[in-house]
Amino acid sequence: MRLTPDMIRLAVPFLALAVLLAGVFWLQPRAMTYSGLNLLFNLAVPIALATLAQMFIISVNDLDLSMGAFVSFVACVTATFLNDAPLVGALILLASIGAYAALGVIIHVRQLPAIVVTLGMSFVWTGLAVMILPSPGGAAPDWIRSLMTVRPPFVPMAIVASVLIALVAHLIIARSTLGVLIRGVGGNERSVARAGWSVLRARAAAYALAALFAVLAGMALVGLTTAADANIALRYTLLSIAGVILGGGEFVGGRVSAVGAVVGALTLALAGSFLSFLRLSPDWQIGAQGAILILVLALRLGLDAMERRRMRA
Amino acid sequence: MTRKILLTTAFGAGLGTALGLMAVPAVADTSDSRIALSNNYAGNSWRQAMLTSWETVTGPAVAEGVVAAADAFTTGENSATEQAAQIQNMILQGYDAIVVNAASPTALNGAVREACDAGIVVVSFDGIVTEPCAWRIAVDFHEMGRVQIEYLAEHLPDGGNLLEIRGLAGVFVDDEISAGIHAGVAEHPQFEIVGSVHGDWAQDVAQRAVAGILPSLPEIVGVVTQGGDGYGAAQAIAAAGRDTPIIIMGNRQDELLWWSEQKAANGYETMSVSIAPGVSTLAFWVAQQILDGNEVPKELVVPFLAITQDSLAEDLANTPVGGVANVEYTLEDAQEVIAGAM
Repeated sequence: MRLTPDMIRLAVPFLALAVLLAGVFWLQPRAMTYSGLNLLFNLAVPIALATLAQMFIISVNDLDLSMGAFVSFVACVTATFLNDAPLVGALILLASIGAYAALGVIIHVRQLPAIVVTLGMSFVWTGLAVMILPSPGGAAPDWIRSLMTVRPPFVPMAIVASVLIALVAHLIIARSTLGVLIRGVGGNERSVARAGWSVLRARAAAYALAALFAVLAGMALVGLTTAADANIALRYTLLSIAGVILGGGEFVGGRVSAVGAVVGALTLALAGSFLSFLRLSPDWQIGAQGAILILVLALRLGLDAMERRRMRA
Repeated sequence: MTRKILLTTAFGAGLGTALGLMAVPAVADTSDSRIALSNNYAGNSWRQAMLTSWETVTGPAVAEGVVAAADAFTTGENSATEQAAQIQNMILQGYDAIVVNAASPTALNGAVREACDAGIVVVSFDGIVTEPCAWRIAVDFHEMGRVQIEYLAEHLPDGGNLLEIRGLAGVFVDDEISAGIHAGVAEHPQFEIVGSVHGDWAQDVAQRAVAGILPSLPEIVGVVTQGGDGYGAAQAIAAAGRDTPIIIMGNRQDELLWWSEQKAANGYETMSVSIAPGVSTLAFWVAQQILDGNEVPKELVVPFLAITQDSLAEDLANTPVGGVANVEYTLEDAQEVIAGAM
């Protein structure tokens, strides 16, 4: 079997994850157990879902700066309405997915920069979250809580969930007609339109899919934390963007990988644990986290250069 | 270690017969135990003092073998999800107790639950968590507001008009202190709050807010505050050419300095009250006591730190420029707090 450029591209995030994991195991052998792996990765599951959500937006050459605020909003809805009045809660979440699709339409029709629109929306989502949950609290619905704390045999929940969501997202973005169309919009919008497809619909679908995964991220997060707060996931905006890029995605061109995005998210989560096990002073931790990112990206740039040289040859 | 006067509902004034650490009896039971501090933020003088106090008290405790380790961890950003991951890392690292100043009262509950299930003692302080399996060392902010009116009632038996400076709108602490102040006024009806502004716990904001409301106010005899706002209020009142009322201070160094200058110049009298950053060391000893097998109630109240006319000179000397007056707790202090809550 010949190694395709896409496979080499995907190898980098896997390599980074493997190296970090080896480091963590070496520093902290306890992490090598069933519950150790779960503790290491369970909080990465909502990050992975948010990263996939961001991936759908990035695949149409847009960027969502409201991801963290939206996931926080979903977390607040999950811990209040979805718990007390499941039907109302489900309706609110469905409506929010509709709102995302509408955003995609507005951005496309009015030719607005997505960064500006989503930045504005981040204040709307945060405002709604504060209205729903003025002070931290609420409770996770029992079924979500038991889903997130389930103990499957042999392999911990965090790993099973990561593999599962990576697979589902991969099927959508890489194997389905809709996925090809969405990436096509990112790659060459005009040729998709010339081929008779509706770019508007593809973009709206990409935004709706993003909202769907972000909703799942918020629900998974509440399942882990047991309660919500209006600022709970603000960090997810940057984490999700970094996860997509770390996982082999590109900001433009519709070049994204679902498996890579999940691995990227896990790598980011693991980098924090690795640095903490290293007993690195907190003053250095942010810098060190950035250094890991730069290292992985540098590795990828090197591979990209090799790929180009081979294509010329 | 200096002698400080602490006030609290639990056991009144006069705690803190600060015995040195040398007097701590050797506790064999916890000498293998490792305690971790999970902190979510280190970006202001209060948190810096909190971390320094932790080092100052736990360093000798580790050296003497009271506990095996007392490591402090701070997350890079003030975020609940990051702190939850940090706590889960601590579980993996095999700590016996985790002392937490939490980014959110609820968002860490899942991680705290995991820690409890792993048999780890979790003690939260200042920023407490609501998970029932954890211990909570909470500040009685309500009482912190009430004692201000109590003090004014002693010094101004005839009462009069008060100006209230509040904190950051919408924050739980602001509501609690203000409720305490209003409860105090209800007890002492000779006082009336004639104006209320938000000073956001910052001198410059407080100064602007007070300067803005002053022209509309009658003569005021006292200013009740929340800490970090007394100096700004004093500046605004002086600029308006009014007589200086009794302004309650909040233990910040600039406030104490202004007070001591006034005291030297014209015998100005007031009091100062706030929560000491060294409360982290109280949490440390409480965790140690729980590990030692002592029965400790889940809800504890932290004594707040009051500075009086008599202790001012000493407290000012001990407070770094730009810092906050602090007190570090001993094992005996922790035992008294625990006994008081039984």
